[in-house]
Amino acid sequence: MNLPTMDRRVAVKKLLDARAGTLVVTGLGSPSYDVHAAGDRSDNYYLWGAMGGAALIGLGLAQAQPEKRVMVITGDGEQLMAFGSLATISVARPKNLDLIILDNQHFGETGMQSSHTGRGIGFDKVAAACGFSETAELRSLEEVDTLCDELRRPAEGPRLFVLKITAENLPRSLPPRDAVEVKNRFRAHLGFATC
Amino acid sequence: MTASVQAKHPETAAVPSAPAASERQWPDQVYDVLKAAGISHMSYVPDAGHTTLIRLFGADPEVVTNVLTTEEEGIAIAAGAWLGGKRSVVLMQSSGVGNCINMLSLPVHARFPLLVLVTMRGEWAEFNPWQVPMGQATEASLKAIGLRVLRAETGDDLVETVAQAAAMAFDADQQIAVLIGQRLLGKKKW
Ligand SMILES: Cc1ncc(C[n+]2csc(CCOP(=O)(O)OP(=O)(O)O)c2C)c(N)n1
Repeated sequence: MNLPTMDRRVAVKKLLDARAGTLVVTGLGSPSYDVHAAGDRSDNYYLWGAMGGAALIGLGLAQAQPEKRVMVITGDGEQLMAFGSLATISVARPKNLDLIILDNQHFGETGMQSSHTGRGIGFDKVAAACGFSETAELRSLEEVDTLCDELRRPAEGPRLFVLKITAENLPRSLPPRDAVEVKNRFRAHLGFATC
Repeated sequence: MTASVQAKHPETAAVPSAPAASERQWPDQVYDVLKAAGISHMSYVPDAGHTTLIRLFGADPEVVTNVLTTEEEGIAIAAGAWLGGKRSVVLMQSSGVGNCINMLSLPVHARFPLLVLVTMRGEWAEFNPWQVPMGQATEASLKAIGLRVLRAETGDDLVETVAQAAAMAFDADQQIAVLIGQRLLGKKKW
């Protein structure tokens, strides 16, 4: 069964072009490259490690910045390592946190081994069962265009969208590796002192 | 409804208030010094030794609290809170330190302020042998991944230690765990 998939870079670019003031956190590996490829910005926080941390960094940030929207862009493998985070996020119930799962059904970065999401685990269903206020699985760029409009509407709680992307390793677009600098410029963007 | 009110969890309200005996007062003082240090965010996996702190933070409308499914979640959440300008504290028992190790590479490498309060098990009058391996490995594991580790065995010492650890974490960008000795916590009652 070969269902349609979309180009990850184009999908991420669409989401970021429509972001307005949204703060963005990215999961390690390809999602970080995709977001960086769309343009490096101080309101992006990229991970190069801490696998399973992206959605939760997003939660802490959303709770600290309730007036801003926060978007986490991560991979299926990264999110699988934080399966329980969907329960934690649902219970915390931030109204300003959106999780975007770039789902190629594989651990792309480590050699394209197949993951759970190609074998029946759907993050949209898991998040819905946890109590997320909106969830969906998207398979086309047209649906991403619609999602960009929907994301502008206020949410009742956390939202999660699975973007089924093509399993391919694109050229890397590497974010800065100096994590202290990336942290400090992000805080400076929000008007906070750096240490 | 504000975000902080929404984040409250039903069980924190149901816990009966702490006994008034003087040796039981350190949790209230730790709460006071954390508030004075500007803490407005807290995440936890429960431990009996943290009961009062969890209750006090849970009842505080100025503090956002998160109950976690596993302790490493709290490490990532605290980093996100700092990115957004909030000072967070993470509460766990010593067994939970083992769950955190790789996630601690985030605050250590990116130099996020981190304050973790760890109630110790497996080191003093422990009745549960399953607590001993991780209890004995707690300090060494934290040091191995790069945290500063402080320890207190009396209530007064703990209050002072937490106050200075908060200053070092948030003013000097340090990643600090304060270990609360099992000797101070006392025997678990059945
Ligand atoms: C704790 C931990 N385990 C394993 C790895 C190795 N690793 C790096 S990226 C990755 C998979 C990422 O997959 P996914 O999030 O789906 O991203 P993709 O590259 O497929 O887009 C793994 C297993 C790691 N970095 N950290």
